[in-house]
Order: sequence, then C-alpha cells, then structure tokens
Amino acid sequence: MSTTAPGLSSTRETGRRRARSSRGAPWLWVVPAVAVVLALRYAATAAGAWYAFTDWDGISPHANFIGLDNFRKILNDPASRGALEHTLELAFTFVIVSNVLGLALALALNRTVRTRGLLRALFFAPVVMSSLAVSYIWQFIFSFSGPLNGGLGRIGLDSLKRGWTGDPNWALWTIFVVLVWQFVGLSMVMYLAGLQGIPEELDEASAVDGASTFRRFRKITLPLLAPAITVSVTLSTIYGLGVFDQVFALTGGGPVDASETLATQIYKQTFAFGRFGYGTALSLILTVLITILAVGQLAILRARESRL
Amino acid sequence: MGLSRYTRRTFFRELTLLVIAAIWWVPFYFLVIVSLKPDLEALQSPLSFPQEVDLGNFSTAWHDAALGRSLVNSLVITGGSVLALIAIGSICAYTIARRPGRMSTALYLLFVLGIILPFQLGLVPTYAVMRHLGLVGSYLGIILLYTGIWMPFSVFLYTGFVRALPKEYEEASVVDGASTMRTFRRVVFPLLRPVTGTVAIFTGLIIWNDFFLSLIFLNGTDKTPLPVAVYTFVGAFASRWNLIFAAVIVSLAPVLIFFLVAQRQLIRGFTGGIKT
Repeated sequence: MSTTAPGLSSTRETGRRRARSSRGAPWLWVVPAVAVVLALRYAATAAGAWYAFTDWDGISPHANFIGLDNFRKILNDPASRGALEHTLELAFTFVIVSNVLGLALALALNRTVRTRGLLRALFFAPVVMSSLAVSYIWQFIFSFSGPLNGGLGRIGLDSLKRGWTGDPNWALWTIFVVLVWQFVGLSMVMYLAGLQGIPEELDEASAVDGASTFRRFRKITLPLLAPAITVSVTLSTIYGLGVFDQVFALTGGGPVDASETLATQIYKQTFAFGRFGYGTALSLILTVLITILAVGQLAILRARESRL
Repeated sequence: MGLSRYTRRTFFRELTLLVIAAIWWVPFYFLVIVSLKPDLEALQSPLSFPQEVDLGNFSTAWHDAALGRSLVNSLVITGGSVLALIAIGSICAYTIARRPGRMSTALYLLFVLGIILPFQLGLVPTYAVMRHLGLVGSYLGIILLYTGIWMPFSVFLYTGFVRALPKEYEEASVVDGASTMRTFRRVVFPLLRPVTGTVAIFTGLIIWNDFFLSLIFLNGTDKTPLPVAVYTFVGAFASRWNLIFAAVIVSLAPVLIFFLVAQRQLIRGFTGGIKT
C-alpha cells in the first residue's frame, strides 16, 4: 500500500496538471451568461435607478433630472401611497397566515398518515398553476351571484351578501384569500422537507422522558425547523410584496384604488399613463422594500438559526 | 415505536386532513361544473350538477381565445428560455467551478448578487431598449428577458453541483484526447442531470405561468402565451363564466397533466430549486 500510494497520486497529479494546461474550460464559455446578466440585470437596474429621479415620458429622447419630485408625488398621490400601504398589509398577512397554516398542515401530515402522498399532491397542485387562471375561478366565487353569496344566503346571512371584489372594504382581502389558498401548499412542502430532516428518535426519546407534545414541538421540532422557516418566510415575503396577477384578475386594483399594489401601480403608471419616470420611482420603492425586508429577514433568521 | 403507530387519533387526523383537502378543492369543482354548462343553465343554476355534459364551451373558447396559437407561443417561449438557461448556464458554471481563482470568485459573486437583485427596477429601461431594438412583441425579446432574469439562479445551482462533482471522469476523457467541448457534452453534462432537472422544472413552471412580463412585452401581438390569451378572452366575455372556465381549464391542462405524470419529480424539483 505505502509503496503504491505515492506513485498513484503522483501520476494522477501529472494527469491533472496536463489536463488543466491542455484544456481547462475556456473563459469564453462564461461570456454569454455574463453578457445577458450584465445587460438585463445590472445595466437595466442601474438605468432604472437613474430614471426614478427623472420626468421621462418613455418617448422623448432625453429625460430631465428632477431630484426627489417623483417620490414626493408618490407620497401625495392617494393611489400610489395606498398601493404602498396595501402591499405591506397584504405581504405581512400573507406571510404570517400561509406559513402558520403551511406548518400546521406539514405537522399533521408528517408521519403515519396513510394518504400522505395524495394529500401532499392535493395541497400542492394549486402552486404549479397560473395565478391568473386560478384568480378567475375565485372571481366567480366572490361574484354577486356566485357560490359564496349563495352559501351565505342558504345559512340565513343574506345581510352579508355583497360583490366581494367590488367592495372597498373587502377587495384587498379577496386577494389575500386567493394568495393563501394557492400558496399554502408551497409552505407545507418546504416544512415537510424540513421535518424529514429531524431524526424520529430524538422526538421519541423526549416523549419517553415525558415531555408534552407542545413542549416537544417548541424544544425540538421548531429549532430544528429553523432553516425551513427562514426559506419559507423569506420567499413568501418576496412573493407577497410583488403580487400582481391576483390583483389584476380579481379587482383590477379597484374599487377606486382600494386594492392597488405597488406592482399594479407600476404597470398602470408606466404602461397605461406613459409616466416612465414615475413608474421607475415606484419600482425603486418596491425594489428597496424587497431587498431590505428579504435580506434583513434572511440575516435575522439565519442568525437565530445558528443560535438555536 | 409509540409516535409512529397508527392509532385512532391518527385516523381522525387523517380524516380531518382529507376533509380540509376536499374543501380546498371546491374551487376546482366549480371550475369543471360551470365549464360544462350551456349559457342559460350556467346563468340560472351555475352550481348544480350539469343536466348534460356540453363541450361546446371548449370549442368556442378554443377558437375565440385562439388558445391553439397561444399554446404554441407558450411552448416556444418557455422551451426557448429553458434551453438557453440550461445550455448557457451550465457551461458558464462549469468554467467557474473548474477554474478557481480570483476571476471565478468575482464571477460567482456577480451571479449570486443577481439572484438577490429584484428584477422590477430594470423592467422599464429594458422595455424602452427592447422597443428601440424592435424586440417588444417578439419571441427573441421575451426569451432574452426570461434568460437574463433567471440566469443567476441557473448558474448558481449548476456551480454548486459541479463543485461537488469529482474530476476523474473528465480527466480520463481529456487524456483520451477528447476536446473540452466534447468532454463537456459527453461526460460532464450527463452527470449534471439532477440539477438540469431542477433548473428546467423550476424556471419552466415560473416562465410558463408568468403573466406580468408577458403582458407588458407581448400583449396585443400574435405572440401572446396562454395567461395573456386568457386575460384577453375574459375581457371580451366578461361574466360568461362557462366560456371563461373552459378557457381556464384548457390553459391549465398542460401543467396539470405534467403534474399528474411527474408529481414527485415536480415537487422535488420545485423545492430543490427553492431551498438553495
């Protein structure tokens, strides 16, 4: 052994050296990927950051620098300011509810349930579907002559009947319902994956020691689930802040801007009203929000993970 | 042991879960029921079981929403983007992973930061430039856009995988006199299959279902993918739910079939893409 080993490793060594000098994947191979990313990610984002401070209308060849004017206008415009508030409300509630429900489902599904595969598929199926198409099903459910009001009428709650997506107090929450309904399966699957990494013996040992279910959940399951929580919460935050399809299909941002989000406002201001500078200023706000909230959350949760 | 035995309580837990799942699927019941009814019945009693199955809505929706063309558009756009993400992403990641040094670290960082950077801010300038170049409303424009947006993710996944891959196979192939390209195609790329699957499933689904970008870049052209076609159709046939739902079902069908056939791989690919 001791005589062959060095010889073996040295031939491998020369082989590797020769391999590297004769081939070595050429740097040319990185060019296409680097080019598209530099152009469509970095350059475009940098340009967006510049246009946010201009009055560009999207047509004229040059744009005037107007400082913080766009941002002042955003704060003074009820539709845009409302969009900012709605986006935060929607993202916050969506993150909490979809993660709590997703975790609950994952825990209930985790072990011993016989139809586990089927249940997982049933809850996950909406995730892979087009949000737009799915939202139309719900628009029907929420419509005035739709099943929701039908059900309310049948149990004698006629006074609650309304066109849900057209009601300023409810429009935003119809979007919330659809978001949770569609994406709870995604949180669930992420938590299930996390739960699979927890050794069963650990849980059983502490059960034998007489720890209650709740205590076991808090002291064993939850800490070991920390990485899954980090990923799921961060992702739903990013998705919740950028929500567009559901709003567009269900309410169109209405009634009277009651359910506008930043993404729908960006679309309308830029492409319907031709206010490109204003639209990019809104995009900048959304970008900063996503970056701060997602990265901040990631940092905090990761720090907690390592402490646990 | 105690915790994994199937007890009465487990049975009731399972039953509750099945009931919740059934409630979760009620919207799909409405979707199918309404889509099978002729106009009058859909209006008068939308929720009852259809008196007779009427597939007329599907042919109307298929023709009036031009769903056939949109299906082809969706296939071309998603297929083109995913192919680019795999081909360009894998060779780039391979080079980064196999030539460690300052250059490769810098490039790696470029892609990782690109994942974090939200795409929305660059959207308007991209639109302006593409309009200038005549790329708005073209396959090439939207494929480029998706490729740019998802490339950091693809490179990131591939790089991680290649780094964990032993070099022996490639070296043997090079010693045998194969060129780098040939080695990559014949030896390395087949070994990357698990990541290729993850990249394809994850980005493929997101691109297939994307509405926001395709609305901005393709609305009003003949290149519209399925979601935009459904949106346009709903605009024209507002409140005629039987027709709308037929269109919705057709637009959901490809993904649903895929889901039924490869549910396990799909969920794995999706979570695999997300976890990293």
